[in-house]
Parts: sequence; C-alpha cells; structure tokens
Amino acid sequence: MSEHVDTSRRRFLGGTAGAAAGISIAPGVFLNQVAQAKPADQPVSSDNRWGMLIDTNKCGDGCDACVRGCMEENGWGDIHNSEPHSSPEQKAQWIRIVELRDTSTGYAHQLPLMCQHCKHPPCVDVCPTGASMKRADGIVLVDKHICIGCRYCMMACPYKARSFIHEDLQDQLVVAPRGKGTVESCTLCVHRVDKDGADAVPACAEACAAEGHDAFVFGDLNDPNSEISRQLALHGGTQIRADLGLDLGVRYRGI
Amino acid sequence: MKKTIHFREVTNNGTGYWGLIGILGLIVAIGLGAAYYMEHHGHYVTGMNNQIVWGTPHVFAVFLIVAASGALNVASIGSVFGKAPYKPLAPLSGLLAIALLIGGLAILVLDLGRPDRLIVAMTYYNFKSIFAWNIILYNGFIAIVAVYLWMLMDPSKKQYSSTVGLFAFLWRLILTTGTGSIFGFIVARQAYDAAIMAPLFVVMSFSFGLAIYLLVLMAAMRWTDRPLGDALVRRLKNLLGVFVAGVLYFVLAYHLTNLYATEHHGYEHFLLLGGGIYTQLFWIGQILIGSLIPLAMLYHPSLGKSRAAIGWACVLIILGGLAQMYTIIIGGQAYPLVLFPGMEVSSSFYDGVVAEYSPALPEFLLGIGGFGIALIAVALAVKVLPFMPQKLDDASADPHHAGGAAEAAAGKAA
Amino acid sequence: MTRLFQSLQSLALAAGMAFLAIPLLASAEVPRPDIPEANARYSEAQGCVEPTEEMRKNHMEYILHQRDETMRRGVRTRQYSLEECINCHVPKPESGKVVRSDSKEHFCSSCHSYAAVKIDCFSCHRDTPMPDADTTMHRLGSGKAHHFTGTEAELTADALRAVTEEGLQ
Repeated sequence: MSEHVDTSRRRFLGGTAGAAAGISIAPGVFLNQVAQAKPADQPVSSDNRWGMLIDTNKCGDGCDACVRGCMEENGWGDIHNSEPHSSPEQKAQWIRIVELRDTSTGYAHQLPLMCQHCKHPPCVDVCPTGASMKRADGIVLVDKHICIGCRYCMMACPYKARSFIHEDLQDQLVVAPRGKGTVESCTLCVHRVDKDGADAVPACAEACAAEGHDAFVFGDLNDPNSEISRQLALHGGTQIRADLGLDLGVRYRGI
Repeated sequence: MKKTIHFREVTNNGTGYWGLIGILGLIVAIGLGAAYYMEHHGHYVTGMNNQIVWGTPHVFAVFLIVAASGALNVASIGSVFGKAPYKPLAPLSGLLAIALLIGGLAILVLDLGRPDRLIVAMTYYNFKSIFAWNIILYNGFIAIVAVYLWMLMDPSKKQYSSTVGLFAFLWRLILTTGTGSIFGFIVARQAYDAAIMAPLFVVMSFSFGLAIYLLVLMAAMRWTDRPLGDALVRRLKNLLGVFVAGVLYFVLAYHLTNLYATEHHGYEHFLLLGGGIYTQLFWIGQILIGSLIPLAMLYHPSLGKSRAAIGWACVLIILGGLAQMYTIIIGGQAYPLVLFPGMEVSSSFYDGVVAEYSPALPEFLLGIGGFGIALIAVALAVKVLPFMPQKLDDASADPHHAGGAAEAAAGKAA
Repeated sequence: MTRLFQSLQSLALAAGMAFLAIPLLASAEVPRPDIPEANARYSEAQGCVEPTEEMRKNHMEYILHQRDETMRRGVRTRQYSLEECINCHVPKPESGKVVRSDSKEHFCSSCHSYAAVKIDCFSCHRDTPMPDADTTMHRLGSGKAHHFTGTEAELTADALRAVTEEGLQ
C-alpha cells in the first residue's frame, strides 16, 4: 500500500528542519523575525498553541481534497486499503466532510470535521490510563503504547473525532503508527509541526491549498501576530458546540 | 434465636451438582472461546463499530457489576441496619457480590481492544478519569467484601462484622455511583450527561442484585434440601417489589426532566416513540416485562405466595434489567450527536443518522460467559466453605416472623 | 509403607533432575540466533548507536525512553528512534521479498523468537523501512541522521562499504 504514497512529499518532509527567514504568511505580508522551528532535541512548549481556522465559505462544493490529503499523509482509508476486513461503519476516519442544511432557511454548505484539539478535552479527562493526552502545545493525541482499547474516549468525544481499529494492520506509514485494538484520531500532522513549527502545513491544509480553495489557516493561537490570530481578531470564528466550553483549537468561519 | 443457625458446606456429590458445574463450565469455556476469537481477529468480527463503541459485552458487564453491588445489600440490611432475619443470609450475599463483580469485570476486560495490556490499566492511572476510579473501586470492593466475609464467618471476629459491614455498604454505594457516573459524566451525548444516572444506577443495583440473590438463594436451598421459610421469602420479595418500583420512579424522573427541555425532545422522541428496537426494548422489555409484570406477580395475593411465580418474577426483572442496560448503553450511542443544532447533517461517518448495531454471536456468548463465571464461582465456593445456612425455616431465621417485619424492612430500605 | 514413600521420593527426585537437565541438553542442539547484519555502522569503532553489548542488553530502555520523549514531549532526535533502528537493521521491502517482523530473518525477531520475548512494537509501527526511506542515514559521524556530538568526518562510499562488510559480529 505504501507504494502509492507520493514520494516527493515524503522527500520534502525528510529534509532537514529548516527555518526560513522572512517567510510569506500572506500575499504581501512578511514576518520580520526569523520563524524558529523547534530543534529536534527540544520539547514542545506551552508558549505555542497550535490551531486551525477553516473558512467554510471557501470550502468547495463536493470537494474532499482535505480528506484525501489526510489519508495519503497518514495511511488510513480506502486509498491504502488500510482496513480490508472492517465494515464501512468500522473503518477509521480521521477527517470527514459534513454536509449541513439549515432546516429553517434551506441554506446548505459543507465543512471538514476532525479532532478539534480542545484545550479541555473530554477524551483526556475520561481516559483511565492517560493514553489520551494533550501536549504542552495543545495537540491532542492518543499514546497508543498505553491505550488499552476501552473506547471511553470515543464515548466522551463530542465531535465523534475518534476511531477504533478493528483488525491487524500492516505497512503503516512511519509518521502515523496505528494498530489493532487502539484508538486514533487527527494528530494535526504533529510530525510536520514538530519539524517546521509555525511554518508547518498540515496535510489537509496543503491539499486544500493545492486544490485552490485555501480554506485552512494553520498557526499559533498564542501568537497575536500569527496569521490565524490576526484573522480571528479581524473576523472572529465559531467553535462547534461552544456551549461545552472546551476552548477548541479548530475554529470555523461561515457556519 | 441465637446459635440456632449453623452454616455448612454443600455436600451434594451427585450428578445434579456436577452436572451444574459441567454446564456452567461449558458456558464459561464458550465465553472464553468467544473472547479469544474476537481478540485474535480484532473487533471487526463483532457488531461494534465507530458509532456504537460499547456493544453487547458492555450491556452484560455493566449489568453484572451493578447487580454485584446490589447483591451485597442483603448482608448490609443485616449488619448495618440490624435486621436479624437477614443476618444468616449475609455470607451468601457477600459471596454472590464478589462473584458477580468478577463475572462482570471479566467481560469488560476481555472486550478491551488490548486485553493483554491489563497490567497497564493497573499501573498507569489518570485520576481525573471516573473509569480509573472505578478500577480502584472494583478492586477495593472485592478486597473489602472478602474481609467482611471473614468477619462474618470467623466466630472470633464476629464483633467487627458490623463495622466492616458499614464500610462495605458505604463502599458499594460509592461504587455504583461511580458506575452510573461513567454515563452521567459524558457531556457529549444527549442520553447521558445527567446527574440522575448515579442514583438511578444505585436503585437499579438494589433491584437487579436482589433479584439474582433471591433466585440463587431459592435454587441453592432447594437443591441442597435445606428448608427456606415462607416468611423470609415473603420479606425478600416484598423488598424486591419496592426496589423495582424505585427504579421505575427514577426512570420516570429522568424522562420527565428530559421531556420538559426542548433540547432533549429529539432523544426522547427517539427512545419513547420512533427508535425501533430501542423503543420496543424500553416499553416491552424494561417497563412491561421487567417492571410491571413482575410487580404484579410479586404483589398478587396468590401468585405472590408461589415460589415458582417469585422465581419467574426474578427472571423477568433480570431480563428487564438487561433490556434497560441495552437501551441506556446502546440506545444512548445510537442516537446521533447533535453538533449543529437546527441543521440537517450528513457525512460519510454517519453523522445525523441513528447508528446501526446488531450484536454478533461472540459478543453475546462472552456476555453469557460472564454470568457463567459468576455462577460457577458461587457453586464451587459454597462447596468449599460454609456460606450457606443449614436451615432457614421461619422459626430459626426469625422468631418474630409473624409480626410486621416485612413492612419494616421495606420501610427501612426505601 | 516407609519404604514405599522413600522409593516414591527418590523417583520424584530423579524425575525432577531429568526435567532440570532438559534445557542443558537442549542448548547443545538449538542453534544460536542468526542475527542479520545492519546496513551500516555507526562509527568505525562502534557498530550500533551504543556499544553492541550495551544495545543487546538495554536496547529496550533506549527505545522506551525515546518513545515517551517523542510521544509526550515532541522530542524527535534520531539516535534512538525506532524508525532509525528499522531503517538500518531491516532491509527495504522489495517486490517479492518483504522481511516481516514475524520472520526470523527480521533483525528484531531473529533474537526475540530465540529468547521467546514478545515484541509489542509492530502492532502499530511498521516493521520495514518506508520504500523511500533514506537508509544510508547511519553514516559514520553524520550528525544529520543522529543527534549526537561525534566527529563530523564522513566516510567515503568505499570506506563505508568496507566497514559495513566487516559486519557486526
């Protein structure tokens, strides 16, 4: 299955963690400071809080480029024939397109939904072993080394963001270990974030941009000068089920 | 009345006893085989999926765990509330409590995605997790009830039995509160996220635990030719009726509260009217078969005196309890998450639709296997140690049985 | 009666000694594990990322430590990363020949099957290098591949091959 992987992307990832000076964050806007990617031997820090802003108005009708980009990057889904024995209901989905239709006005649109990387994640609260965890930089992950497969996090997640693996897997991609009997979900492409820091582009965002929609903005919610923070300050953003008060890392515009 | 009741090991050695052990052993073996099959292949051979993540094994497991704490009630009524007629019933009550809990936990553990990592569950704790708390509560329950049994059965330790009994009683209340809170603390889902889950589970435990206890007591006394007094059975079945009514009351309060809040109308409509199998299980399984019919049987002027009718009422309460667990656990997951209020949603991940679930045979066999583990443990234990009183006829169990003891017991428990 | 007991006792003793002797006898027959060679050496002086004896004894400690550092703290140095272990010790999958972790030709299993110690890594991690993995990363003194403070001198291709062909044993 891994033969299908786009190797140019992998080589791009395999490159050294380069910190580019004066990178473009938007047309005509440049950062003055050198964007510092974290050295490999340094731990992540709570100075950052990685998040994503998704403009559903830009989301192309019927487009699922972000979903396919995620599959390709992380090795799940039919394009890898990843879980041949599992039924469609049993197969993992890290990110999905949800189609919405307002019952009173008839207004219809779509948006991608994945792990929302909550500041107060219910999955982390309920996990008996601490396998469900939030890193200092706000990325919510499953430590599959100590996941016992109890699925309580799946019960507790308000976004249905998690999947359980129902069968033995082989040839997982090196960036996304996953296996039978454990739970998994969107990692915010943590391997890219660790490598490139604020310059990282998660696979979904990359695929969306390649499709010309550019609905995703990834960045540091803690940095008031980051593109995501400035856009949120300018136009605001919605959190799905904000009533739960979970303070999400993924924000939307246009819902 | 003191010293009139002696405890003796079961001495049956015939085909009856060993036949029972054989049948139960077979049930356990089939259950373990089913678990091995599921773990070997992975959960794709089960009915579970990413929508219904807790399936039939959890229905059986949570039922047994809830019933376990309830089975201890009989001992508590004797030790904590000082009701003399219940005292000779205490050792079997403690034994059944431990056995049911082990049966339930075995199912839970064998249905994990990684049961081989049980040691991880015992060594890594996230103390904010009610699940982690439950691991401690369950293990502690087994240890405390074991000590309690020792105090009850060792004549030299008799004086400590009421203190340890009180501790065990409080522990079991916390334990069932913890079990109910597994669901009560889930903010994400319409069916859960309710404080009433904890007390509801406590009352459910009273009902299910006593139903199983009464059934086991009547069967065990009969199969070992030991007398069991009518007044004692009447006392227990009247108490059981009160507990069944108590569960109905809490279920009523839960649904009334939901029906008042528009936010919950979707879920209530699903469960009470349009939910197909879940609606049927609720009205026919839980309410009719599990509550109303057994209530009528238990309090019927003539049926209420028949041992057979009481036994069948217990069976119906147990079946109704399983139906109730099914509607709570699986029905609660089947109803879709409400992520975008006021919107119709659809996706490849089954957003906005009622989730499909049909139990697979291995899941069911594992669940039944849990019952087998609990019952074979009881059957073996009563042969090895003197858990069972030699006789429980009314004269030796309670010299005052002619008085209004039944009402008093019922009043106390309520 | 006493005689019977005594003879039973000596019988049991003899049986026990025979049982204890089984491993001794067996060790003569069971071949030593055939450990596949790595793709490269860490340095001229040293085969693996720590001295071979140390790695044989304590590799799991390094891997476990690295596991938690990477998983929980995002530390992604490569010296002790499982990815690098696999890249160096397991051949790349080629058409017709994939060395899986359940095969004795797999570096990990060659020894683990011999020692009868179950490995839990490969239920989630891939057991072979990615088809496009840079398996030459283990070059002598290359700070690129491993986070360590060694010499920056790089071997020529010929020297590297010579060092590699010496083997690990």
